[in-house]
Amino acid sequence: MDEICTGLCRLMVDSGAEAGLAQFVSLLVGVLLVSGVPLLTVILLIWIERKVAARIQDRIGPNRVGPIGLMQTFADLLKLLGKEDITPTSADRLLYNVAPLVSFASVVLIWAIVPFTPFHYGVDLEIGALFFVAVASFGTLAIMVAGWASNNKYALLGAFRVVSLLVSYEVPLVFALLVPVMLAGSMSMLDIVNAQSGMWFVVLSPLAFIIFYISSQAETGRAPFDLIEAESELVAGFNIEYSGMKFGMFFAAEFLHVFTNGILMALLFFGGWMGPFYYESPLIAFAWLGAKGGVIYLTTLWLRNTVPRLRIDQIMAFNWKFLVPLSIANIVLISLALKLLQELNLAPRQLIGASIIDMLPATIVLLLINGALTMYLLGILRRRGQEARREAQAAPAQFARATAATAD
Amino acid sequence: MNVLNEWAFIGVFAVMAPVFPALPIVIAWLFRPRKPNVLKSSTYECGVETIGDTWVQFRVQYYIYGLIFLVFDVEMVFLFPWAAAYNEMSLFGFVAGFLFIFLLTDALFYAWQKNALDWK
Repeated sequence: MDEICTGLCRLMVDSGAEAGLAQFVSLLVGVLLVSGVPLLTVILLIWIERKVAARIQDRIGPNRVGPIGLMQTFADLLKLLGKEDITPTSADRLLYNVAPLVSFASVVLIWAIVPFTPFHYGVDLEIGALFFVAVASFGTLAIMVAGWASNNKYALLGAFRVVSLLVSYEVPLVFALLVPVMLAGSMSMLDIVNAQSGMWFVVLSPLAFIIFYISSQAETGRAPFDLIEAESELVAGFNIEYSGMKFGMFFAAEFLHVFTNGILMALLFFGGWMGPFYYESPLIAFAWLGAKGGVIYLTTLWLRNTVPRLRIDQIMAFNWKFLVPLSIANIVLISLALKLLQELNLAPRQLIGASIIDMLPATIVLLLINGALTMYLLGILRRRGQEARREAQAAPAQFARATAATAD
Repeated sequence: MNVLNEWAFIGVFAVMAPVFPALPIVIAWLFRPRKPNVLKSSTYECGVETIGDTWVQFRVQYYIYGLIFLVFDVEMVFLFPWAAAYNEMSLFGFVAGFLFIFLLTDALFYAWQKNALDWK
């Protein structure tokens, strides 16, 4: 991307354009190239999402428009274009119209730091990971604004839940993100991927990956964390007053966000474009990244269509009393163990360019620690589950006693 | 690409990002039908007219979660440089980071003990 931009810039200056303008135009072209990837994939994603959901529910899904329904999204787009756009009279017009734009923009902006191959990326920010956290939280803001500006009680209730849910799950998400940053010793996405040349971070810290996975599922508001748009209680949640294309933008943003998270997880934990022959051609590297991100994306769809919705108190308790302490413990244990290994010269101080043999002792130790922590946690979960079951069994008896008392 | 150029890229990207969703909305605005009436543009609420103000005070529990989050989020941002410098860190910096995490955890357990984490 760098070469394309500077090359284009030079070409324009040579042909007599003003330097500032040339730079701006070349940056614009770069932006369009980078953002073209998410904007094109989102059209396909809508189809994939519907098709996968249909297959899991033992339906066929869209199959009328085009071969295997591939043109369905375009048909829907045309339909949405012809839909009347209703703005409620009591709504805050400015905020109401801005919210869908912010929602979609926040997701597209994440792609600025996503490296597609070792050589093709928008920009390799030194604070890439931090940029991701900052930009992703704009999505929360957009939903809050949408719910507030609609001036509808359902929408506002949905927005309240968003604030508590998304904001809470950002804590374990960021803590889990600290682990790849710590292992790579850098916040740049390119460095994080390159540091996985010896061993993928998902092997070094599976718990961090699982925490990141669960909280990113919550961040996108997908089942089992979909009470933002709990249809049965809130009708549609924050987007209830939206119609036409603005409504469509919220959904495009959500679909894209899920896929973006898949790609990010592939980059942070699964070695990004690392795979056999990735150095032969950027296309192979890109295909590896797409394949890894795609598989993770499909598992999130699978999860979404399989598990039921949780209650808000359960979700909150799970986050603050389980995920947050767990992610803190994970960080502490991994940093302690890695420091110890480095002092004993059992782990390389610089993971970028490390081979698999350099990483072997560290991998074994970190895996053992993660395994021990997981076993301990499973013990806690088992005890909690037994308690809950005992309470549930005791409850009908109490109910019977209570009804007997009123009968007397 | 130097640092300034990197951020110029982000700047252009940030300006362009809302344009992408705005485009279809504007195109739809050109084509879509306009037949407003009073009932259609009233607030939706199960077919009855909405009673009372929507922008009310909300449950304090949301606030408490917001406050706990604020503590964590602001402090986590400080942990990022610590993690990025992890490989070259002196023992002092390492221990300082741990002290920081300990204080964070301490605050969490305090909130837990005060039942601030229970949904009421």
